[in-house]
Amino acid sequence: MELEFTAEEKAFRKEVRSFIQENLPAETRQRVKEGRGTSREMMVEWMKILAAKGWSAPRWPAEYGGPGWTPIQQYIFLEELQFNHAPEPQGFNISMVGPVIYTFGNEEQKKHFLPKLLDCEYWFCQGFSEPGAGSDLASLKTKAVRDGDHYIVNGQKTWTTFAQHANWMFALVRTDPDAPKKQMGISYIVFPMDLPGITVRPIQTIDGGVEVNEVFFDDVRVPVSGLIGEENKGWDYAKFLLGNERIGIARVGASKAKIQRIKELAASMPVGEGSLMDDPRFRQKVVETEVKLKALEMTQLRVLSDIAVRGGKKPHPASSVLKLVGSEIQQTCTHLLMDVVGPYAMPKSTGGEGSNEPSVGPDWADAIAPGYFNYRKVTIYGGSSEVQRGIIAKAILGL
Amino acid sequence: MDFELSEEQQLLKDMVARFMQDRYGFETRGKYMKEPLGFDPAIWEAYAEQGLLALPFAEEDGGIGGGGVEVMIVMEQMGRALALEPWMSTAVIGASILRNGATDAQRQALAEEIIGGACKLAFAHSEGPARYDLAHVATKAETSGEGYSLTGDKTLVLWGGAADKLIVSARVSGGVRDEEGVALFLVDPSASGVSLQVYDTQDGLKAAEVKLEGVQGELLGDAPGKGMAVIRQAADEAIAALCAEAVGAMEKALELTVDYIKQREQFGRAIGSFQGLQFQASDMFVELELAKSMAMYASMCARDPDPVERSRACSAAKAQVGRSLKALGERSIQLHGGVGMTMEYSIGHYFKRLSIIDRMFGDVDHHLQKLDEAGGLAA
Repeated sequence: MELEFTAEEKAFRKEVRSFIQENLPAETRQRVKEGRGTSREMMVEWMKILAAKGWSAPRWPAEYGGPGWTPIQQYIFLEELQFNHAPEPQGFNISMVGPVIYTFGNEEQKKHFLPKLLDCEYWFCQGFSEPGAGSDLASLKTKAVRDGDHYIVNGQKTWTTFAQHANWMFALVRTDPDAPKKQMGISYIVFPMDLPGITVRPIQTIDGGVEVNEVFFDDVRVPVSGLIGEENKGWDYAKFLLGNERIGIARVGASKAKIQRIKELAASMPVGEGSLMDDPRFRQKVVETEVKLKALEMTQLRVLSDIAVRGGKKPHPASSVLKLVGSEIQQTCTHLLMDVVGPYAMPKSTGGEGSNEPSVGPDWADAIAPGYFNYRKVTIYGGSSEVQRGIIAKAILGL
Repeated sequence: MDFELSEEQQLLKDMVARFMQDRYGFETRGKYMKEPLGFDPAIWEAYAEQGLLALPFAEEDGGIGGGGVEVMIVMEQMGRALALEPWMSTAVIGASILRNGATDAQRQALAEEIIGGACKLAFAHSEGPARYDLAHVATKAETSGEGYSLTGDKTLVLWGGAADKLIVSARVSGGVRDEEGVALFLVDPSASGVSLQVYDTQDGLKAAEVKLEGVQGELLGDAPGKGMAVIRQAADEAIAALCAEAVGAMEKALELTVDYIKQREQFGRAIGSFQGLQFQASDMFVELELAKSMAMYASMCARDPDPVERSRACSAAKAQVGRSLKALGERSIQLHGGVGMTMEYSIGHYFKRLSIIDRMFGDVDHHLQKLDEAGGLAA
């Protein structure tokens, strides 16, 4: 056993870090750091910068335009992005649809889509969840009926992240309503968002922002060439995706960056003659979080080491802890920021971009409460904490 | 970065696991506890035969040259078995002190005896008001003739009654909590002026209060007054070992609990089919994995030459393991229901050992405070 990374891996980390420092646009960095979210333009600009370097798809094999990194390099890359306030590669393109296309798609689809995913010419959104199919995703009802060279799609998706930015969607649709099990009879299709009959309706979330949408399908004609893999095998492809996310899912780098920021801001927050960092009760909460984060980091490294040695074909039992604990720590960090900002959590941002209204309280304060509200999502999406606990109980403990 | 066991380490793990399985059933353990020493001397002899007492010593001292990871492997299995013998005080704390704070001649002579099974060590360091402050040493060492004469009271000396030699900390200079001025001595427990009051501990071990009145002690090493660095190193190795022991005990406690709720039926079905219990069992698993990760971290850092980094890692590990063992241990009793409250069932014994590990070499609050003083952990 060995804790240290190799000299080559350390050099790689340095290379990644200086690339980010030299190439990440300052405004993007600032917005990520303050938890304000990035615009479509900022995201695409960054993706093009990464793509030009060949780094926009850290997990992809070299033959499809990835850098061909080892699992350890992938981890280091993602950790450095997170720690240095850089946006991660557009997840729906790179982590979700890309691997499905290069694993299950035909040659034509690979040739057509993969390059356009890498530089975000195509911005994909994910059409999985439906009003009646959340944690119980296999209950989805959106149906696709074959009509010659097309599927006629009718139904509704929801929680569709950045559908307003997307020009393409990958979706799970029911192609065989009579299949003996609900997991069967589902297909995985891709199509452009400007097809007639698609309506996107934004959903404002409790933080005041719009990240998610409802998407309605009204007799949408999707060319059959958009079917990935085999008809009625879509559930298998979706499950393949879920197992694909064991590197970086704990978001250790992002939480490390948050804790660093919490300490910086706390030291700038006046309390009496000193600052909030003089309050031992506050510091104790920070240290407790640091300890748990270290335990999470070590757990992530155990899983990574297992993937590096055994290829990760069979998931390491500890990998089921990563999402569960990682999301809790992210939430703890946003609550610690609420502790830092204190009463100045109260004022809402007084104006949009370019507003002349002076901000009330520290100029970072208005993003803190929305950040805390927004991060309630992390224990809900991507398999809620309750789903994770259920998986541990059944798959690991055999209950 | 590599968290895999080597082939030799896997063999060691299998060997110790098999030994514990053969020799350490829950009922046999109960018999061992009734032995005068608090454990079965035959087990100690077997440790010697298996090479477990040679493990921590360098090859040139006749040992096997095991490091932190090997200690972790052994302690995990001892945790699973709730082993009773003074392996930690001899092969972890004792060996660490001999490695860092003894002359070559002292180390070689003692290593030979220990490896052969003829010498068990206990570490007589804690004193009443010290709580968890390692530098609190009021026991005095005064030169007398060729050697030293020791006077003072030591408390909570684990395995003090079974030890063939005591390692005693005492002050040659300075005030009670000074970092400078502490030395370590080898004391024969049968020497005149030593009185031992041996008692049972809550978790089934034996400890002693040790009173020293003008006792002859052999100075360990040749730099009296520089003992604190040696003690801190040994304490960090003990913390790493305790974390591993806790992980073994937690692992076993979770297995027992999951087995129990699979079998126990109420309302016409296994209680493990209720989501309320499943979620608690899942949370226990999460705590176990976090603790395991930190025990590995501590075992890899326990001999880090940088004392600041070493102690930061060990404090973080002890704090996390302390949190985890409480969450897991308490739930393991809860999920067993009434049966978990009984002496005759094993789960309570795991809970008790875990609860006491939490109070050894600093509890959660102590280590969080230490980390805070060191500026935290992140990045």
